[in-house]
Amino acid sequence: MTKLFTYIRESQIWKSIFRHGYPDTPRNRTLAVLSNVFLHLHPVKVRRSGIRLSYTWCMGGLTFFLFLILTLTGLLLMFYYRPTADKAYEDIFALREHVPIGVMREMHRWGAHLMVISVWLHMYRVFLTGSYKPPREFNWNVGVILLVLTLLLSFTGYLLPWDQLAVWAITVGTNMARATPFLGHEGPGAALVSFGGIDFIHAGDDVRFGLLAGRFVGEGALLRFYVLHCVGFPLIAATLMAVHFWRVRKDGGISGPL
Amino acid sequence: MHLALATLLGGGGAPVHDGPIAAGLKNFSNWLTEPTRYSVASILAVVGILYFRKFFAQVWVITAFFALSTAYFVFAFQDPNFNAIITKPDNVPIVILFATVIFFSWLALRRAVINDERTKRGEPTLEGELAKQKVFTWPDLVYTELICLILFTAGMVVWSILITAPIEEPAATARTPNPSKAPWYFLGLQELLVYFDPWLAGVLLPSFIIVGLCAIPYLDLNPKGNGYYTFEERPFAIAFFWVGFLLFWVSFVILGTFLRGPNWSFFGPFEFWDLHKLEPMVNVDLSTYFWVELMDKPRPDNPFVREAPGIVALIGYFLVLPPLFGKTVMKKLVEEMGMVRFNVFMHLFLWFVLIPVKMGLRWTVDLKYFIGMPEYFFNV
Repeated sequence: MTKLFTYIRESQIWKSIFRHGYPDTPRNRTLAVLSNVFLHLHPVKVRRSGIRLSYTWCMGGLTFFLFLILTLTGLLLMFYYRPTADKAYEDIFALREHVPIGVMREMHRWGAHLMVISVWLHMYRVFLTGSYKPPREFNWNVGVILLVLTLLLSFTGYLLPWDQLAVWAITVGTNMARATPFLGHEGPGAALVSFGGIDFIHAGDDVRFGLLAGRFVGEGALLRFYVLHCVGFPLIAATLMAVHFWRVRKDGGISGPL
Repeated sequence: MHLALATLLGGGGAPVHDGPIAAGLKNFSNWLTEPTRYSVASILAVVGILYFRKFFAQVWVITAFFALSTAYFVFAFQDPNFNAIITKPDNVPIVILFATVIFFSWLALRRAVINDERTKRGEPTLEGELAKQKVFTWPDLVYTELICLILFTAGMVVWSILITAPIEEPAATARTPNPSKAPWYFLGLQELLVYFDPWLAGVLLPSFIIVGLCAIPYLDLNPKGNGYYTFEERPFAIAFFWVGFLLFWVSFVILGTFLRGPNWSFFGPFEFWDLHKLEPMVNVDLSTYFWVELMDKPRPDNPFVREAPGIVALIGYFLVLPPLFGKTVMKKLVEEMGMVRFNVFMHLFLWFVLIPVKMGLRWTVDLKYFIGMPEYFFNV
């Protein structure tokens, strides 16, 4: 057995992948992190205070991990889901009826709920440890945008099952946009946006109409939310996450007393 | 499958006949969770916990709290009304939110208390002691990550097998469910709709929250407390965030999820969600108070004259208060922050304070609007 392992580890294939020996010496441990593009997110050495769970609560890491789970399960769900008003509900319903012990939709739904919570807790921890203070001011701002994106991802995904809960939650949520000052048709100042007696802001062209691609939550909104949920927001979030993690390292690693 | 969980804990099914103690406890819970008392009690709790933090930071306090909550939970599960709302699959995360937020707040408070005592004695903080040592990422960090990841995945899979994701009836734009609720994380804002119009509760205040969060690092100039838990080195910042996050965000999400039923009426945790429960709306505008009650004449027709008292009050609130405070009690703050920072801070802060002020006025004098101009959709 030992022979076999030695043989594998000394084969050209193994050596072409891993350019260092077993990570049990300082040199190899350093190389394990440096020569791996994913582990390279981490520095080679970290302050012991920064990796204690009682300090970090692991919430940032969990949030990222949840994002990965949601991407994977979401990708699988996309194979079985058609974002049209007459197929969407049917497809989601079929997932439950035809897949024994199917957990993909469950993982996606519960994971999405959890990600909102873990983002909140992560920000709570960062605030309580003063980790937004110099030099991390900018990264806190990237984090705030990521928080907004998390909520938007969850919000757009809420509509996709196309059941009563989905449609009415999005109706309640997007109804707020009617009241946007100047830009919503029931917002203060909307009446001022007119020229020569013609109102520019009405129910057929205000921000709510732009969000929903219609006067109410219908097929246009479903497609719009689907595209944003599956492509638009994840791309932006992934890009900003890269910035976020990069800046954690550049700003001195996981925060600790100076 | 969640029904199986319910039967396991012995709830659901036929109505239970309560003994005097059980009935008393339920009535007390319903009484205490009424929004006015709920909010006042939460404020007192947050202030009290921060003030007596040395007491609350002890391990037995949190243990006792979770033991009592669990006991209460098991007791409450026997009640069909409580059971119906708690065992909704989508409400499970709110219970998780409740437990984790309380646990982590306690943990942070405990470490803050310990650190503050250490600093007073001239010793390094808990984090400061460990920060001197450096360890290799491989294996110390990656193994922690791997273990967290595996345990977490296992938990997710078990949860997903036990509780099936719900799907309701197909979408029907003609049938409005009652209550219609926004996604749970926006229920704090939906709760504010009781007190403010949509343009404030749904558009302006959320924007201010985002802007305010972004502004925090540029407004908080206190260099202390960077990278370790503390309370005494930054009492205002911590207390402010506790009030903002724990009270006006998390506790309102819980209120909106569990205690708001049809027509957004309040229902105690042991109350049946009766569609016909009516809460009388007797709210009065400030203009009515001023013209009718105080001046004893009908309200003027011109909306700007009619709403003049409210307009003056709000202009005074937002434009006179900041310079007034800046010249007097907050003189030192202005010197430290500079005029721009101070004014940004004051305006964000005054918007924040407007929320409890309006809530208080609603509860005490039934105030509807400071400025009520439905002609222009401008109601504050």
